[in-house]
Amino acid sequence: MVSSILPLTLTDVAVRRRGKTLLGPVDLSLEATGLTIIIGPNGSGKTTLLRAMHGVERLSTGAVRWSVPDEQAQHRQAYVFQTPIMLRRSVADNLRYPLQLLRLPRAEIGARVADWLARIGLEERASLQATRLSGGEKQRLAIARALIRRPDVLFLDEPCANLDGASTRAIEALLQAALDEKTRIIMTTHDLGQARRLASDAIFMLHGVVHEAGSAARFFGAPCTEELEAFFRGDIIA
Amino acid sequence: MNDIYDGLLSAFWLVVTLDADLLEISLRSLQVSLTALVIASAIALPLGTLLAIRRFRYRRLTISLLNALMGLPPVVVGLLVYILLSRSGPLGVLGLLFTPTAMIIAQVIIITPLIASITHQAMRELWAEYHDLLISLNTSGWQRIRTLIWDGRRNLLTASLAGFGRAIGEVGAIMIVGGNIDNATRVLTTAIALETGKGDFALALALGFVLIALAIGINVAIHWLSRTEREGRW
Repeated sequence: MVSSILPLTLTDVAVRRRGKTLLGPVDLSLEATGLTIIIGPNGSGKTTLLRAMHGVERLSTGAVRWSVPDEQAQHRQAYVFQTPIMLRRSVADNLRYPLQLLRLPRAEIGARVADWLARIGLEERASLQATRLSGGEKQRLAIARALIRRPDVLFLDEPCANLDGASTRAIEALLQAALDEKTRIIMTTHDLGQARRLASDAIFMLHGVVHEAGSAARFFGAPCTEELEAFFRGDIIA
Repeated sequence: MNDIYDGLLSAFWLVVTLDADLLEISLRSLQVSLTALVIASAIALPLGTLLAIRRFRYRRLTISLLNALMGLPPVVVGLLVYILLSRSGPLGVLGLLFTPTAMIIAQVIIITPLIASITHQAMRELWAEYHDLLISLNTSGWQRIRTLIWDGRRNLLTASLAGFGRAIGEVGAIMIVGGNIDNATRVLTTAIALETGKGDFALALALGFVLIALAIGINVAIHWLSRTEREGRW
């Protein structure tokens, strides 16, 4: 086994667009195991933080460092977008695509695709066009497509937005299975129940900066800042 | 009205009796335009896609230039190719003037900007949709182009068919560089021009109807083969 790409260190990371600060400055360090939940109101910089960690956001200042060179780190992380992006291909071809990019042997690709189709319960829809799936099915497919490369780190941007209870449970089961296989997960959510169920540690974003962070038990049990307490109460934070 | 009726009638007879001249002219039309289409598509489809995904300094200028070239007057293209290929021209030694090859060259120049421009429009939308995913998956530039071309193939088909339509109906350029030589470079459009000049409207109309039928036939055949408009939205 190759050494982990974690810990991840962000130093003085800021993202500014057209004179407006979307994120930062953020200093943050993420350890090698667990599931980090990022919560916060809309526009607080959750998505921007996630994208900055993944390296798809241009940083105005600061640096994002993994324990291995960037080139290697990029290949060992995956990202699931808020609205799942479906390739205009069949369900099976959507799963096959990231593996084809790696030029894996055909037999290996076939085996992994079949395995993942079973895990997300879409075996019977394998040849259906992916854009015709329901919202929950699309999100499951997007997560499977991210995990099929066996990434060390998985980023998810509100994977359960607009989904019902059953779909949410199916997705949480997928994430739990990934955690059991030692995948590091970092995700944003608006669902505080979900945050409590899944988190091993949590980050509260407000106005583009990390307002409070800590292990799940401390974070949810005894919030240190007034704003986080208010957020948990359901108050609207300006 | 009479002329049209006569034209239809004689077109019918020419087709039913498989008139040897008509067959030869039609096949040459198809050969020239389809070859030009294949070559132009091979250039324009990757080029249009590249323009959609690559950011470079003179990108906007290139795109507006391409759009302007869509309206390139065929006679002028014909004239330029003629000068290049004529005995005294820079490529005169190749002896290509008044051959089907010269006609193909002229048509490639005419339809490449058209196909590239339509490709660019279609690919721009698809790229906006795929952008984040393909960046996240660490795709190389070439992998991105291939993915977009494959997943946008039905849009590209439309682009190619537009190019074919322009090529098969084009007369100005191929008349100049081909010369409308019987049994050598005569195609449907140049034959129509000739017959109209001679006053043989029935034959000209017959050729015209065959040309239209050919264009429709090719379009329908390709759409049918590629199963567009059958599965879902694309």
